[in-house]
Amino acid sequence: MTAYLLRRLLYAVPILIGVNLLTFLLFFVVNSPDDMARLHLGNKHVTADAIATWKRAHGYDRPLLYAPEANGVRRFTDTLFYEKSARLLVLDFGHADDGRDIGRDIRQRMGPSLAIAVPGLILGLLTNITLALGVVFVRGSGLERAAVFLAVVGMSISTLFYIIGAQYLLAKLLNLAPVSGWQDGWAGLKFLILPLLVGVVSGIGGGLRWYRLLFLEEAGKDYVRTARAKGLAEGAVLGRHVLRNAAIPILTGVVAVIPLLFMGGLLTESFFAIPGLGSYTIDAIQSQDFSIVRAMVFLGALLYLLGLLLTDISYTLADPRVRLQ
Amino acid sequence: MTAWPVQPVVLTTDLMLWLIVAAASGLLWRARATPRLRAAFGQLARRPVAMASLVFLAPYVAVALLDSLHFRPALADTPGAYGPAVESVLDRLLTPLRERTEKTYSAPLALHSFARETVTADDGSVKRVFPRLAHGGAHLADTSARGTDIARRLLPALAVGLAVGAALSGLVCWRLARRSGLPLRAAAGRLLRGDTDTAWRSALLAATLLAVTVAAVAALATAYHVLGTDKVGQDVLYLSLKSIRTGVIIGSASLLLALPLAVLLGTAAGYFGGRVDDLVQYLYATLNAVPGVLLIAAAVLTLDLYMDQHVAAFAGVQQRADLRLTALCLILGATGWIGLCRLLRGEALKLRELEYVQSARALGQTQWRIVTRHLWPNLTHLVLLTAVIDFSGLVLAEAVLSYVGVGVDPGTVSWGNMINTARLELAREPAVWWSLAAAFTFMLGLVLPANLLADALRDALDPRQGGKH
Repeated sequence: MTAYLLRRLLYAVPILIGVNLLTFLLFFVVNSPDDMARLHLGNKHVTADAIATWKRAHGYDRPLLYAPEANGVRRFTDTLFYEKSARLLVLDFGHADDGRDIGRDIRQRMGPSLAIAVPGLILGLLTNITLALGVVFVRGSGLERAAVFLAVVGMSISTLFYIIGAQYLLAKLLNLAPVSGWQDGWAGLKFLILPLLVGVVSGIGGGLRWYRLLFLEEAGKDYVRTARAKGLAEGAVLGRHVLRNAAIPILTGVVAVIPLLFMGGLLTESFFAIPGLGSYTIDAIQSQDFSIVRAMVFLGALLYLLGLLLTDISYTLADPRVRLQ
Repeated sequence: MTAWPVQPVVLTTDLMLWLIVAAASGLLWRARATPRLRAAFGQLARRPVAMASLVFLAPYVAVALLDSLHFRPALADTPGAYGPAVESVLDRLLTPLRERTEKTYSAPLALHSFARETVTADDGSVKRVFPRLAHGGAHLADTSARGTDIARRLLPALAVGLAVGAALSGLVCWRLARRSGLPLRAAAGRLLRGDTDTAWRSALLAATLLAVTVAAVAALATAYHVLGTDKVGQDVLYLSLKSIRTGVIIGSASLLLALPLAVLLGTAAGYFGGRVDDLVQYLYATLNAVPGVLLIAAAVLTLDLYMDQHVAAFAGVQQRADLRLTALCLILGATGWIGLCRLLRGEALKLRELEYVQSARALGQTQWRIVTRHLWPNLTHLVLLTAVIDFSGLVLAEAVLSYVGVGVDPGTVSWGNMINTARLELAREPAVWWSLAAAFTFMLGLVLPANLLADALRDALDPRQGGKH
């Protein structure tokens, strides 16, 4: 097991380097730091001096990959790749264009992101599993067909409509919750209502379909027929047997996304003005702050790979038949 | 030399859309030769939901194609010269809608403007009133006559729609009778009971519904703004119709890059294995690790920067918008091939061990021939299914990306941009809800049938995954 995990960890290294190279290629090779400077200084009447100053101030005044005039190892470390990209590998995120420490921003903003994402995940999971079990319970009936159709309708509506609709109907017209905002501590609980509700409701369409498939597959197995043959009520079959056996794929699916919860929801956070990492990313994209985008791309990749690793581990823990080698 | 009345202009996205339509038709034509797909199509035709979805999708495709035939009209005063503005065939067809603009917002079917204006009456007194619209219901002298006027227009439209539905039904009935050798009455009975091989009843119902809607909207649109007007007084119905092209192009043209990439890399990895497999797996593991929106955002930001620095190369506003759309499709394609590639790799891995492939190899056929003649025909169904499933996802993604600011050009009419502006309009008092409602309806009208069709296709192609029993 340890050897396997170690190998998986090592396997992640070339991928992270690949991600790093990809962002490096996109941000420094396709566009030169000069372009970036011009963009931030405004296109009109930019002198070469101004560009050089901006580049020096933001640390972009280095060669890309190799510095011929430096000595020794500094030939490789005094470069953009080392300073701006390779440092990400040791979680040194550097500074944003306005001089703020990205690492500190990320640590600060993780809290609000998790405050939305964790309860959102749990509530969504409970809702979807309950609904899916209900739909599987009435399978073959018109009610099931109607529910599946409604799920497709739910999937066909853009998340934007869910958010805008909820803000307009529940917050503006009915005044049930604040439209958007954030406050630390328990007093801020009221700001969570709307984002959580939107997250759960917009996820029902896809979630219901997915869990329904899982349960149906499980419900078609032999042991379920046996359970029914010995006279167990359908509700007990589903609740005691099907749900428990389907728990393994559900669990491993959930484990894979847990690390990504840190990244927060892009749309939810920016619509509801939650100071998490999702809105941080959106703001960075809209203000074209490449340092932050680069950091977030790398962080996302790191968390994704962590999720894969956790999935593997949870498989062995949940299902003793699985042996990793 | 005779001067043409118009000068055809082919935008890149036009080319892409027509190319994908041609490729899809070719693929479907070839797919008829494979028994598995023929059976699947037969099954699809038997499903009422699938047939109705196809009927609802047809006008979207038609509008997108009409909007992808661009030209410059000839100038009337100087023969041989053409105007600077590029128009599409759809623009021409909708000229009345396009040119009847108001000053600012007006509600659907409204007679008066949404905003008050200061007017000076004949006696010199100044008043704040809601002025009458320049075009919406301008023919009515008496504003209280609006209800009866609308009803007078709707009734014949309803009749026309029903007549079209009836005519189509008659045609189908006649064909059914000829094919089966039954008398016309018996064929009609079968059609009504839904007892036909192809689910004609639901298709005809959908077509009738569609005909009635189109006729009603057309009847009202000649005199009113059916879906209201936006901030600068443009007809929202016109904008919604123009958005169709953007949505359809994003949904389909992205596949133009994604599908070949997935097919080539996937089969190569699965069939050849070894180093090639390692490389392809590494490639998609790396791309997959980056969160999708961020990767697209990063690519679009870089593109923006590039276009900013090379403004001179992109002459017109329209050209720039078109290029942005093309690039967005390419970027979505470059990030969207991974799922299918994985699927095809696994499938090719299985297929290469099968006896018919082994024997083809033993007979000394070239690798290329084995891949093209023995592997690809057996993978077509997966490609087709993925294309249909991905389509709706891409249409939805456009809205989100445009909201984030990395979608289509702000000048391009698209649902994403409509939603984006509608957000602020909703905060006004009273709220301006019609742009949002229009974008919602038009998007749902495209994405829902596409999703339903994808579901039906999945059931037909792969009963295991469908979950139907």
